Amino acid sequence: MNKTLETVQAGLARRRRRESRFRWYGRIAIFVSLAFLAMLIVSIVARGHKAFWQTEIAIDVFLDPEELTPPTREHLAKADLTGLIKQSLRQMFPEVRQRRRKRALYRLVSSAAPYQLRDYVLAHPDRIGQTVRLWVLAGADVDLYQKGYVDPETPESERRIKDYQIAWLRKLESEGRLVLRFNRGFFLNGDSREPEQAGIQVAFRGSLYMMVVTFALSFPLGIAAAIYLEEFAPRNNVWVDLIEININNLAAVPSIVFGLLGLAVFIGWFGLPRSTPLVGGLTLTLMTLPTVIIASRAALKAVPPSIRYAALGIGASRVQTVFHHVLPLAMPGMLTGAIIGMARALGETAPLLMIGMVAFIVDPPQSLLDPATALPVQIYLWADSPERGFVERTSAAIIVLLLFLGIMNLAAVLLRKRLERRW
Amino acid sequence: MKFSRLILGALLATAAGSALAASRDYIYAVGSSTVYPFTTTVAERFGKATEFPTPKVESTGTGGGMKLFCAGVGVQHPDIEDASRRIKKSELERCRKNGVKDIVEIKIGYDGIVMAHSRKAPHRWNLTRRQIFLALAKQIPDPENPGKLIANPYRTWRQIDPSLPDIAIKVYGPPPTSGTRDAFAELALEGGCKTFDWIKAIKHEDKKRYKAICHGIREDGAYVEAGENDNLIVQKLEADPNTLGIFGFSFLDQNVDKIAGARVDGVEPTFENIAASQYPLSRPLFIYVKKAHVGLVPGIAQFLDEYTSERAWGDEGYLTDKGLIPMPAAEREKYRKIARQLIPLESL
Repeated sequence: MNKTLETVQAGLARRRRRESRFRWYGRIAIFVSLAFLAMLIVSIVARGHKAFWQTEIAIDVFLDPEELTPPTREHLAKADLTGLIKQSLRQMFPEVRQRRRKRALYRLVSSAAPYQLRDYVLAHPDRIGQTVRLWVLAGADVDLYQKGYVDPETPESERRIKDYQIAWLRKLESEGRLVLRFNRGFFLNGDSREPEQAGIQVAFRGSLYMMVVTFALSFPLGIAAAIYLEEFAPRNNVWVDLIEININNLAAVPSIVFGLLGLAVFIGWFGLPRSTPLVGGLTLTLMTLPTVIIASRAALKAVPPSIRYAALGIGASRVQTVFHHVLPLAMPGMLTGAIIGMARALGETAPLLMIGMVAFIVDPPQSLLDPATALPVQIYLWADSPERGFVERTSAAIIVLLLFLGIMNLAAVLLRKRLERRW
Repeated sequence: MKFSRLILGALLATAAGSALAASRDYIYAVGSSTVYPFTTTVAERFGKATEFPTPKVESTGTGGGMKLFCAGVGVQHPDIEDASRRIKKSELERCRKNGVKDIVEIKIGYDGIVMAHSRKAPHRWNLTRRQIFLALAKQIPDPENPGKLIANPYRTWRQIDPSLPDIAIKVYGPPPTSGTRDAFAELALEGGCKTFDWIKAIKHEDKKRYKAICHGIREDGAYVEAGENDNLIVQKLEADPNTLGIFGFSFLDQNVDKIAGARVDGVEPTFENIAASQYPLSRPLFIYVKKAHVGLVPGIAQFLDEYTSERAWGDEGYLTDKGLIPMPAAEREKYRKIARQLIPLESL
């Protein structure tokens, strides 16, 4: 008796040390993963937050009646709006004569300026004949300079923005014609070759439409499959086991394979149009379905058998048992599973590559059958673009994608809280 | 049940999709990621300036695009193919077999391939194509016993030529799937490879072996595949000034404050030198148009008008701002005529 106590006493300190060591390992592990997450977020936000602001320049444009009447869309498409913008820039800097300098001067404003002028004239046809002050987008090089991405210490020949351009900018700034504004275009525009005009509207809508399609299909199908397999399918049946194994395998198949499947089935067989959110959503449904089924089955398994026995015991049929008692209890778990599956689908590019969603699309999709891209695809395309201005846009798009993911996960948590029942 | 209604809805949408696919009001282009910035720039301007919708441009790579382009005639197939090399005979045959008879070939300009290094690099690089071949080829002729091939033994540039710096050979470049890599192999490696007379002689006897020798890139770590993302290569060059990177001219053009291009055969990779065909590593870029789709899909003729206009591909056109090297005026005139009159490609 004494001997046992002694052994325990002798080992006690060691056991306690081991326990505290283990706790410390756990804390360190959590700390390390949090540190990585923080590094990721800090670096993305540091690089991307400036993209939410955009340099704009005020120019005084003479709305030449000869050029601009009648102010209809058809006529303005042919009018020399670029000429009017150039003219007003020349008037602001009359000392610029050299051909090369003039070209540099015109590049202060974005190539979107004529279209901004067009929209202005369409909105205010009564101002024709007057000189108006118009805020237009600054060119990408100016924007980068204003945001401090250009090191003025580098020799002039190695900069895309020259000293004389910087002098123009200082002059504009002193006249209050150069400001940083909230970048609405980033949320309202589609893709563009010019960084200052590029936006995520098409990608955002594409992702949203795809998620709607994916949820509308994978959630009911996944739940139906899970309920059948868990509650109704015969046990120890070879076929059921086979299906079960296959579903588990499918959940681990690389996503590009689903892209190939989507290409063959939806585009090749059904003849659906390429690059559309419908095909994207269907392909992502294929990818999400196994995850939803597995999560839903786990949720059903977690409902205690006593609930089923009680329902059956008071005379409920099996369908009534499932739909009145088991399903409501399993619902929060199923929803979580579905949303986690969709969050994974939201970040996918590989399957979308195969079905033509890695594309340059400017016009926002009006329906599920218009071409669109998706947020991760837009990030991929921008990250690969030579123009420097896309670096910050890439990070900004990542921030939006992370927020999108955050909202989806938050929705999952809230839904679970609301639907959760205790027994 | 709600579920069955949803499934029914999906099926209806599918049917509607098939019906809608039968008409398309926007131009659809596919192909090379090198031509992608140019075609998208034209597409965007075209969409803004005309009543036509903005064309859709997919970046699939030249080879992948050719497969889609040559799959057949009809609105589900692309109208335009972007190519960073000329169409291959096999691809043309495939096209013809699938009913794509008349293809209009339009050269749009040139692209330069640069070997660039960080501005912080202590050396001013001046390479010949022979040196590039000796540094990066998988097999090179044995210096002791010319006429015999050995696995590339060089570790540093100095070992190749005493005039080169004494640093390890490390070059970041695109993976085999990239058109830039094909062009690099063809222009730089083969260009250097051909300077060995006996290898040049093989070309006519054993084309396969010749290609294996001249296009094979070493796999022992001196050439690092950096993925298709050229921005990443720029960052890596900045981090290590002793390395070189291979990419298209537009990346050099956009990042002049960070990187500088190595001279090749004594010529600096500048806009002027590439345009004047002085710089040896430059290649033509093309677009291919399906003639059968002109009239079927609205706006193709107008789109080609915009693409081949002086304000787009001219000496000071907006495409030059994106890094396209324009063709000489006479060549532009020739291809403009082909585009206006839609003169199909006869044969290669």
